[in-house]
Amino acid sequence: MSITVLHPGMLTTIQDQGRIGYQQFGVPVSGTVDPRSAAVANILAGNEESEAVLECTVMGPQLRFDEPAVIAIAGADLGPTLDGVPMDNYRAVRVRAGQVLRFTGPRCGCRAFIAIAGGLDVPEVMGSRSTYMKAKIGGFKGRKLEKEDVLNFRAPGTEPKTLEARSIAPEFRARTEYTLRVVLGPQDDAFTAAGIETFLTGVYAVTAEFDRMGCRLEGPEIAHETSGDIISDGIAFGAIQVPSSGQPIIMLADRQTTGGYTKIANVISADFRVLGQLKSGDRVRFEKISLPAAQEALLAQRASLRLLRHVLDG
Amino acid sequence: MDEVRFLNAGDTAVTVEFGNEISEAINGRIRSFNIALQDSGIAGIVETVPTYRSLMVHYDPGVIRYASLEKKLKGLLSGLDKVRIPPSEVLEIPVLYGGEEGPDLPFVAEHSGRSADEVVAIHSAPEYLIYMLGFTPGFTYLGGMDETIATPRLKTPRVKIPAGSVGIAGAQTGVYPIDSPGGWQLIGRTPVRMYAPEREKPILPEAGQYIRFYPIDRAEYDRIAEQEAAGTYVCKRHSREEGAK
Repeated sequence: MSITVLHPGMLTTIQDQGRIGYQQFGVPVSGTVDPRSAAVANILAGNEESEAVLECTVMGPQLRFDEPAVIAIAGADLGPTLDGVPMDNYRAVRVRAGQVLRFTGPRCGCRAFIAIAGGLDVPEVMGSRSTYMKAKIGGFKGRKLEKEDVLNFRAPGTEPKTLEARSIAPEFRARTEYTLRVVLGPQDDAFTAAGIETFLTGVYAVTAEFDRMGCRLEGPEIAHETSGDIISDGIAFGAIQVPSSGQPIIMLADRQTTGGYTKIANVISADFRVLGQLKSGDRVRFEKISLPAAQEALLAQRASLRLLRHVLDG
Repeated sequence: MDEVRFLNAGDTAVTVEFGNEISEAINGRIRSFNIALQDSGIAGIVETVPTYRSLMVHYDPGVIRYASLEKKLKGLLSGLDKVRIPPSEVLEIPVLYGGEEGPDLPFVAEHSGRSADEVVAIHSAPEYLIYMLGFTPGFTYLGGMDETIATPRLKTPRVKIPAGSVGIAGAQTGVYPIDSPGGWQLIGRTPVRMYAPEREKPILPEAGQYIRFYPIDRAEYDRIAEQEAAGTYVCKRHSREEGAK
């Protein structure tokens, strides 16, 4: 069971839910930048939600399926076609042997996730199949996909009976301005009251510097009490670092485990599905919510995944 | 007890901060707290990340909500002085100093006004505390280097430094765990693999342990490198005596 890469696209890597338990050793978590969409793609394809998927960035790959497969794509709409015929995102689709999946170009969002029923057959490194390119570990030989790579996938245990029913409305839609909800901290006390106000009322634009590690924004300068430097501490997914320049950087899946810049706030987990889809030129606002409200939102989102699985698999 | 601060780091992590300086005492309390936390069996802890002055605790709010977690963490803190903490371990790391492996040793010697042999003796004397790991997999932030051999970074960083290289940057010393670019003054190289992704325990050093470097010759370097390649090398280690420097 294999897939041949005819063209790798801009940046296509194998990712799962990340490498847990090794941050204390300096190993970044990695994993999908939009875990919600990856989980939805997996559930539609009949996989465990934590199964490894292909994360495709802006310009998707061209893939030839050497054997029949069932796939589902979620997240960004990068214009998928199967042998030239447009195919839906957020729908399980049967692919015949020899068919080619191509992407015509981005219509909305930044990252699409391709789940393949049965899952990608690559070895786990430190308990995860996620690619961490800097240390050359995980995924396919520790790197992004390249032309003529052959990816193996496992045969699904049982194929879903009713493929037609396995679809939902796309969850991600393009907006003129995105709102990311945040919980203040851990270093909100390093900023002036006016600085916090600037952060919560300003509109920030995503710059061209965005990758799997972080997303650099540009907008009204956020004022510190003294400086943007601290003695290094831990960095969570979605942490919003503000160095002395006053311009925020949101830390993503491949972030280093520790860092020495003040972190004004953290994007809530329930909004990673928006955060993971931001790309150059997008406009963003931040909205403060309480920690209990953020945790409620995350649990509600998890419940919706369980419901989706229940509806599809009975 | 200094006031310990609980800082929210999003909705799935909290930073427990023990102070605002780099000190062995603060780092020691973080180690004790981390051990107590691991032993506590509190459900919902995902992983912990010790740093210079804090412990980041990642948790699953589906298992434990923040309010309940904070209460339990505070309970652990109040009993911390009664927790029996095993002594720290010292990892003994062999280093081939100078030559091709340590091309900057002559510069470090000149800069500090010492002979190369004296630099080696000074560098291999202390037990260096591993305050934390970060930057790259297996990179240790060490404390305790003798200031007399402190040397500024290279003006132009090297494009590729081989894994195992031992360097000095300002008053810091450390080992490059993977091939990477960098500007540290290289004084030697260890054949010990600090980071080996295929190994059952991929990363050798742990925060809270100590490292002592000891000089070896080329024959021993080659012998250990061979054992590392075969996966049979066992790094020497011993328990650290209380109050040792």
